[in-house]
Amino acid sequence: MKKIKLILYFPPERTDKPFTYHLVKDYDVIFNILQAEIQPGKRGRLTIELEGTEENIQRALEFTREYGIEYRPFNKNIVRNQGECIDCGACTAVCPSDALHMNTETWKLNFDEKKCLVCELCIRACPVKAIDVNMFE
Amino acid sequence: MAKTFEEINEKIRNGTVVVATAEEIIDIVEEKGIKEAARQVDVVTTATFGPMCSSGAFINFGHSDPPIRMCKIWLNDVPAYGGLAAVDTYIGATELSETRGMEYGGAHVIQDLVDGKKVRLVAKSYGTDCYPRLEIDTYITLEDLNQAYLFNPRNVYQNYSAATNTSSKVMDTYMGTLLPQCGNVTYSTSGELSPLLNDPELRTIGIGTRIFLAGAQGYIAWEGTQFVLNKEKIDEDTTMYSGATLAVIGNLKEMNSRYLRAASFNRYGTTMFVGIGIPIPVVDEEMMEFLAVSNKDLYTNVVDYSVPSRSRPTLRKVSYEELRSGSIELNGKKVQTAPLSSLRRAREIANLLKESIQKGEFLLQQPVQPLPKERTFNPLKDMVVK
Ligand code: SF4
Ligand code: SF4
Repeated sequence: MKKIKLILYFPPERTDKPFTYHLVKDYDVIFNILQAEIQPGKRGRLTIELEGTEENIQRALEFTREYGIEYRPFNKNIVRNQGECIDCGACTAVCPSDALHMNTETWKLNFDEKKCLVCELCIRACPVKAIDVNMFE
Repeated sequence: MAKTFEEINEKIRNGTVVVATAEEIIDIVEEKGIKEAARQVDVVTTATFGPMCSSGAFINFGHSDPPIRMCKIWLNDVPAYGGLAAVDTYIGATELSETRGMEYGGAHVIQDLVDGKKVRLVAKSYGTDCYPRLEIDTYITLEDLNQAYLFNPRNVYQNYSAATNTSSKVMDTYMGTLLPQCGNVTYSTSGELSPLLNDPELRTIGIGTRIFLAGAQGYIAWEGTQFVLNKEKIDEDTTMYSGATLAVIGNLKEMNSRYLRAASFNRYGTTMFVGIGIPIPVVDEEMMEFLAVSNKDLYTNVVDYSVPSRSRPTLRKVSYEELRSGSIELNGKKVQTAPLSSLRRAREIANLLKESIQKGEFLLQQPVQPLPKERTFNPLKDMVVK
């Protein structure tokens, strides 16, 4: 099994419903929407995670292209240096997805990577530079 | 029933002192009542760990051979003050590096020194008969310095307004990133654990009070700059206190960068997170009433930072309980809140202070002089100078 993250760009006339239906049904991949920005009449953007066998993922990607949807791999992630972090909370002021949030008991910063959109807003917001972006293949 | 500083110190010396943090005391009072709690508990520890711009350090480098009267001074390319005696200086937390800009400033120099790192010292002089040398370029470490002490003219704000932004642009401020159209609210306090909210009338805190300062035992040196005592009634039982500040001093050589951290706010500049703990003696029941205060009774203003004026409009008053809940209501809309000062590390400091009092390592110091009860806050008049 393999897991990849992708950003899909939908042309205005397409919606994600039939497409995601096929993807899951015909190619046996697990499909997770991380962020959706789809409005009628506009180019849509969908950040997803695909999980399946290498082969099924390849076929799913071919289908995506044929379906007229552009995509690019989402090859960055956010890393937090726990040793540097002072749990101030400044980064939670800008995080749009609640990936960064304060535990309201311990007041420790929690980072839920699954929710992260890699918008990178938190990097500038952290006063002690405890957050960085990591590029990978 | 009243306790004196000396009686409490005697208990600290013989190991019988009872100490609680300002958070713990809330439950203790809830359970036992003011009277009993005041009888049992001797000291309550308070703490804060937040960004405090008005911070810096005095340093004496010692004399080189031949000696120099340093007029222009740089530490790791950050300008330090050259207007003191030959080899004395003051390095301020917000002074920026001439080569690295906002990424590195005086606060970082201070942290590097505390971490034992080598810091480059460059100084220039016009040369005098007694100090002939014109230039020096060398490295220093904290250990080599004759004196290095933190002297922060304004720390431990009693209460600070929460910030929001009604404009349509993102604002990068010392209160963090403020999203447009009131997209968030930031606040900087340890609330019910905060020193000057637990002794709001400054009954026990004054000049000479011994404090935890960034890992060392430091002192309150003076009233902080811009000190005022503002009191505003919220309702019958609730008063909003604000405005008191403290000037603090302590030996940099005994400090720990876990409690003294350089920081840089995006497009604002550098500042320093300073960890301060203040022990408050439970001198009487009235003191315990102040100490029992909790976030639901502590209020601050939510201020619009997008108005470029000295007196920014207040959108509403809000309790720290509501701010800590993660969102507040603003003009009928739910707005997410974010802290800027670390409550977690403030708790760590309050507990460290509690332990050192219990172990007999930290004695209370009665103020040698109280802080002023009256002060006005004067603006700077802007006159046209031809
Ligand atoms: S990159 Fe964006 S979504 Fe991810 S943690 Fe940072 S602010 Fe949140
Ligand atoms: S802003 Fe930086 S230091 Fe503060 S909680 Fe977030 S990651 Fe930690």
